[in-house]
Amino acid sequence: MVVNKMDQPTLWPKKKINLGLDLQGGMHLVLEVDTDKAVENTVNRTYDELRGFVKQNHIRIKGLRQTNATSIILTLRDDADVSQAKGLISDEFRDYTVTNTKVDGSETVKMVLKSAEIDQVKKMAAEKALMKIRNRVDEYGAREPDIRPQGEKRIIVQLPGVIDAEKARNEIGRTGNLEFKLVDDVGDLREALKGNIPPGDQLYYYRKDDPELAGRPILLKKETLLTGEYLSEARVSFDQSTGRPQVGIKFNTKGARIFAKITEENINKRLAIILDGEVYSAPTIQSKITGAGRITGNYTDESAKSLALILREAFPTPVKILYEKTVGPSLGEDSIRKGLISMLIGGALVVLFMLVYYKASGLVANIALLVNIVLIAGGLAAFSATLTLPGIAGIILTIGMAVDANVLIYERVKEELRLGKTPLAAVDAGYNRASLTILDANVTTLIAALVLFQFGSGPVKGFAVTLSMGVLSSLFTALILSRAIFEYFLVQRKIKRLSI
Amino acid sequence: MQIIKPDVNFDFVGRRKIAYAVSLILILASIASLIAHGGPKYGIDFAGGAEVLVKLDAPVTIAQVKSALADIGLKGSSVQEYGQGLGDNYRILVAADQATSTDLAEQIKAGIASGTGVGVDDQSFSFEMVGPQVGRDLREKALLAMFFALLFITVYISGRFELKWFISGAMSACLALAVYALHLVNLGIPMLMLVALIVTLVLFWFLNLKYAMGAIVALIHDVTITVGLFSLFDKEFTLPIIAALLTIIGYSLNDTIIVFDRIRENLRKHHRDPLTTIVNKSVNQTLSRTVLTSLTTLLVVIILFVLGGGIIHDFAFALLVGVLVGTYSSIFVASPILLAWQKRK
Repeated sequence: MVVNKMDQPTLWPKKKINLGLDLQGGMHLVLEVDTDKAVENTVNRTYDELRGFVKQNHIRIKGLRQTNATSIILTLRDDADVSQAKGLISDEFRDYTVTNTKVDGSETVKMVLKSAEIDQVKKMAAEKALMKIRNRVDEYGAREPDIRPQGEKRIIVQLPGVIDAEKARNEIGRTGNLEFKLVDDVGDLREALKGNIPPGDQLYYYRKDDPELAGRPILLKKETLLTGEYLSEARVSFDQSTGRPQVGIKFNTKGARIFAKITEENINKRLAIILDGEVYSAPTIQSKITGAGRITGNYTDESAKSLALILREAFPTPVKILYEKTVGPSLGEDSIRKGLISMLIGGALVVLFMLVYYKASGLVANIALLVNIVLIAGGLAAFSATLTLPGIAGIILTIGMAVDANVLIYERVKEELRLGKTPLAAVDAGYNRASLTILDANVTTLIAALVLFQFGSGPVKGFAVTLSMGVLSSLFTALILSRAIFEYFLVQRKIKRLSI
Repeated sequence: MQIIKPDVNFDFVGRRKIAYAVSLILILASIASLIAHGGPKYGIDFAGGAEVLVKLDAPVTIAQVKSALADIGLKGSSVQEYGQGLGDNYRILVAADQATSTDLAEQIKAGIASGTGVGVDDQSFSFEMVGPQVGRDLREKALLAMFFALLFITVYISGRFELKWFISGAMSACLALAVYALHLVNLGIPMLMLVALIVTLVLFWFLNLKYAMGAIVALIHDVTITVGLFSLFDKEFTLPIIAALLTIIGYSLNDTIIVFDRIRENLRKHHRDPLTTIVNKSVNQTLSRTVLTSLTTLLVVIILFVLGGGIIHDFAFALLVGVLVGTYSSIFVASPILLAWQKRK
């Protein structure tokens, strides 16, 4: 078998132990989805719809106002209409609790968004934001990104490795910008590509993952006719005559008026749908569209679904960056180097000290220490835990504390020897007496480490993980491994004098 | 080889009044320093704000960096040099109210490059921004973590040393619930923790949980003095420092428990001896181990402090102080406290 030089193990098994962002560089973000805003948007849309609804159903009102983020109040012109109005509204807007009261002598109808619906809207908004960020990060092509929800409305994004922090931040933070623009079918696309763009036009390209038109140029009018904020709904439906999938869209009252005007004036022209500067679709306007429209075209189930999703994505639920950490890759290398150097020197000094102080027994303790470090490294890889800078500190600390168990045992053995016991009896007594103490002491440290793991985040968690592993492995090496070595020499090899 | 002679017999317990006085002075000094500095100095983890580490392609002065920052509207930011002192590595702290822009990192990078006329190394650029909400969450979590760790540990100690599993468990459960409930009604966490700690100590006293009391007093002693020294040297509290404090708790407890263990053993062997003699004997018997372990741990921590690099420096400092104070407290504070009950009777 030919072994490539690159495949040979290096000192630090990079492939197996995950290095934290502080060690390998990268970006860590904590985002918060403004779910309250999503609720407000929902009520805003209802408010818009309500105005149309009131007119359509001839409910005479004096006033209509949104009193807070979740409720709307209609003041009726005629008190006698109240039960009819209430009935109509509660039939149409089922997500709301509808009540009536008398305020200043006039009957009012109050609509409050149901709390189950509020939770639902919030949940949907958080899920949508998570999906959106996943899509964008995938598109961005980050290596091994880690994106997961935290709690109800927070999202943690970790992008390890070398990345362009600015670009990543912008990609993730932006809300979808949906625009509608007319297609210029008259202008010369070939000339435009050479740089002679007709006045009032702009060159766009189809989105990169479009199955047929990916990356193709298209000439559009510069003017934006409508933006995503007027859109209230987008879902997949099927054409009743052909059975083909299509995307049904609905605008709010104001958007519907604008859209009706645009479509009326531009029948048989093409209207491009642009999200974040990329053209997704450019269907032909077939008739004047009021309120609700359909985007038809050559869609499969999948592509219709994704277009609907894209349109829905454009409903702005703002995402705020609560926490950001960006570490340059060479800063991380520097940390690893310094951490390793201090670990090696610290370890060497401890090893030397043990040898001088306890002689041959010190050697046994040092073997235990070495096994300890190997076990921690192995444990980190096995549990695919992440090694962070405080984690390295945790390992270094374990080196210091791991010898404690051996010191404890050896001091006890010395005491027993002074009482005149044989080496074997002294070792036995020393281990037996010390075991309980070591167990007690380590369990308490373990408690501290576990609480730290439960409450801590990021780097502190890494520290807690290495500390816990250190405690467990030093329990094993001190109580089982080193004892086995002693017993081998004292029982099997029948050594009579203990070098301690 | 021996550092501490086997037949050593210092009268630690007899001199405990002196030790108490020393500890009291240190604790009062710590509290005084905290008050003088207006509470602990929180790093950006807890206070919010932004921290930037930049490496410039050529040396510049602090004044140049400061004026470059002032040009982009970050006038109050603190600028420190770090690293080897070559004038090319700087640490910039932007206060929470100024760290609001989403592309702050790019602004600072570009601002420094244009303000000083020296390029910024992209590969060594580090940026950390913490929103105020996250800062408060972390602060509360850290304090709660410390408190819960203490409660769990005391249950274990009371159970193992005095077989009072039930009474200490019930007490801790009540305390934990009370703290959790009060936390839900939005009582300020730092105040809550202070009250909870005092209540805990009073309960220990009346429930006669000697060992837990001794251990906890020693821990409060160690943590207070470490925090006080941090405040005295004007160092910042960050998440890794909380990790260091918890490690100190673990370490000091380790020391304390080893002495307690010996006391328990000697109580069984020499049950006729007065407690004072037994405590003193136990401290002396474990002295060699205490000193040796502290020595090896200190060795490692000192290396970490000197060679670990800028980021780990404060962490190592906390451990350094903690190991020293922790060793002292397990000899002079934790065990003599066991004697406090004796005198009352």
